[in-house]
Amino acid sequence: MKKKWISMLLATSLALTLAAGCGSDDTKNDGTQNAADQENGGNQAAADTDQDKDNLIEEVSGSVYYLNFKPEQAEQWNDLAEEYSNETGIPVTIETAASGTYESTLKSEMAKSAAPTLFQVNGPAGLASWKDYCYDLKDSAVYKNLKSDDFALISDDGQVQGVAYVIETYGLIYNKDIIEDYCEMEGAKIKNASEINSFAKLKEVADDMQAKKDELGIKGVFASAGMDSSSDWRFKTHLANMPIYFEYQDDKLKTTEAVKGTYLDAYKNIWDLYITDSTVQPTMISGMTGEDAAAEFAMGEAVFYQNGTWAYRDITGNDVDDDDMGMLPIYIGVGDEANQGLCTGSENYWCVNKNAAEDDIKATLNFLEWVVTSDKGRRILSDEMGFVTPFSTFTDEYMPENPLVAAANEYIDSGKTSIPWVFSTIPSEKWKNGVGSALLEYAQGTGDWEAVKSAFVEGWAAEYKAVNQ
Amino acid sequence: MQKSLKKYFPVFAFPTLAAFTIGFFLPFVMGIYLSFCKFTTVTDAKFIGFGNYIKIFSDRTFLHSLWYTAAFTIVSMALINVLAFAVAMLLTKGIRGTNLFRTVFFMPNLIGGIVLGYVWQLLLNGILANFQKTLTYNSSYGFWGLVVLMCWQQIGYMMIIYISGIQNVPGELIEAAKIDGATPRQILWHVTIPMVMPSITICTFLTLTNGFKLFDQNLALTNGEPSSMSELLALNIFNTFYGRSGYEGVGQAKAVVFFILVALIAIIQTRLTRTKEVQQ
Repeated sequence: MKKKWISMLLATSLALTLAAGCGSDDTKNDGTQNAADQENGGNQAAADTDQDKDNLIEEVSGSVYYLNFKPEQAEQWNDLAEEYSNETGIPVTIETAASGTYESTLKSEMAKSAAPTLFQVNGPAGLASWKDYCYDLKDSAVYKNLKSDDFALISDDGQVQGVAYVIETYGLIYNKDIIEDYCEMEGAKIKNASEINSFAKLKEVADDMQAKKDELGIKGVFASAGMDSSSDWRFKTHLANMPIYFEYQDDKLKTTEAVKGTYLDAYKNIWDLYITDSTVQPTMISGMTGEDAAAEFAMGEAVFYQNGTWAYRDITGNDVDDDDMGMLPIYIGVGDEANQGLCTGSENYWCVNKNAAEDDIKATLNFLEWVVTSDKGRRILSDEMGFVTPFSTFTDEYMPENPLVAAANEYIDSGKTSIPWVFSTIPSEKWKNGVGSALLEYAQGTGDWEAVKSAFVEGWAAEYKAVNQ
Repeated sequence: MQKSLKKYFPVFAFPTLAAFTIGFFLPFVMGIYLSFCKFTTVTDAKFIGFGNYIKIFSDRTFLHSLWYTAAFTIVSMALINVLAFAVAMLLTKGIRGTNLFRTVFFMPNLIGGIVLGYVWQLLLNGILANFQKTLTYNSSYGFWGLVVLMCWQQIGYMMIIYISGIQNVPGELIEAAKIDGATPRQILWHVTIPMVMPSITICTFLTLTNGFKLFDQNLALTNGEPSSMSELLALNIFNTFYGRSGYEGVGQAKAVVFFILVALIAIIQTRLTRTKEVQQ
């Protein structure tokens, strides 16, 4: 008898588990669009009524599903979505891909029946694989509010396939406090930071500071040039932008099927500087991460840190005061260095999924319009996400509080020439990886500079061919 | 009996069959089809024939990771089995605390591969930092790091299988051998090992296929760095599929080649060790 009870109990629990499994599946299926609401509605009853309401409206006006690229702003996007849903009743789902997995997440999400209606690409190279999915944004409000066509991805036949939504700037972030200390030392090569206006000067100062690092209380002049995947893009992509840009300048190109590598010597010089006057031995950099470098700068152990305005959140609130953060152009000893500015551009373009239902496309365009025109949307984008955007609707009052952005604006106001992000024309990720690996092997002494040259020049031609065949 | 079996066959077999079809058979067939296609997402594929298969062999990283995986599998299979067998022998001798040891040795197997990978990355990098090196300095560091990790994780599991095998060796056989004047070494080679051959078949099969299919640990420990030189096959396929736009089909084709390879090797291996098994 007892046994029978036990087996009955087991059978019931099994059945329950199954039912629970199916049950949760069900809610997921018809609730996908409302996931954002449900997440935010702590009260179950409230969420239920919300859901009913949304389902009603859904039939009339579609829904928005945004696959977000920036994990650091995931929360703010959810807030924004909730705000919009409350105001209009249109359900907005925000999913955020984990850092470094955007392409793979997008690939699997786009294959689903409830595919993202709004996604992003990182520029012309990223667009190549998604161009067949991009809705023409020519008549959309979000495109019309752009300050200039430079911030849109426009195909040869005039289709607006992507619209940049954030402008970022990178350069050499430096610690003003330590530089001042150095300037007061005997035999200092400069009187103040503004005297660093060329590669020669930068190297002179960096070498001298490295020699006096113990007196300055630092571990090294440059934060570790980590080649872990969380940090290697700073060199294989952002730093590589410099030689590519100057080459494009010479030939008045916008993109090319084969780079010549004219300025690779300059690339080598700056890379040598980064790895020699560094906080760590070059043999260590293969394992150093982006957090390592950010921490070194934030704790005042390094003076220079090549990164951009987005890094502010990682380095603020530690030993270095916001007032002590400045940004210098990356001088590599090429071109008109006196007038060289910072590197400004975008790697984040919104694209609307052409294959989504018509209602959903409409809802998505409305959502985007709201984001860039309404006060709430603009507030969240600028104040909470800290974005500088290319939209004319973002007037001065919608400027994020970020000393690095301020530094970037100073350069623009003083008439220096900004350097565009030509690295978005790099043919493929594989090219970047090839250059990155060669840079690393050169740094640790297991390879030579010839390998970097060949990855840079021959790799470009090969990848361009492979991608555009 | 026969009749009721027939009658209830669909009832019992259907759920499993359905799950097998949905979870394995359909994706498998679809995967083979996709390996002949060019696609960005799996739902809009365009048939292109054998192009993907041709591209595989112009990809140097694939051939490299093939050899790298083979070397890794052989080394880790040998080490894991020898060590697991040795530990199993020790822990069937009736030393005090046997159960505690068995539990502790088995525990690493309960931790997920990604976690293990990160833990060992920290440990090994911590040691290598004394020599101003890191795990991704060159691919042989990653190789031996991975071998150490896999040994640590799998020895305990294989040990359990060997223990049960060793415990099943009839005591009278060993006793008889002893009376005949066999040395412990002779007993090991001529009695114990032939008798535990079924366990050896299972363990070599498991370690062999595990070695070939290894993914999480590889991803977490080195992620194929430097220059994809410590990339095992599974990771290489993953990176081809997701890492390069336009190469999704090539990744799929690699996966098909990979499947055939692993299946072949596993079949050959079980055949080989099966023939060595003896009847009790």
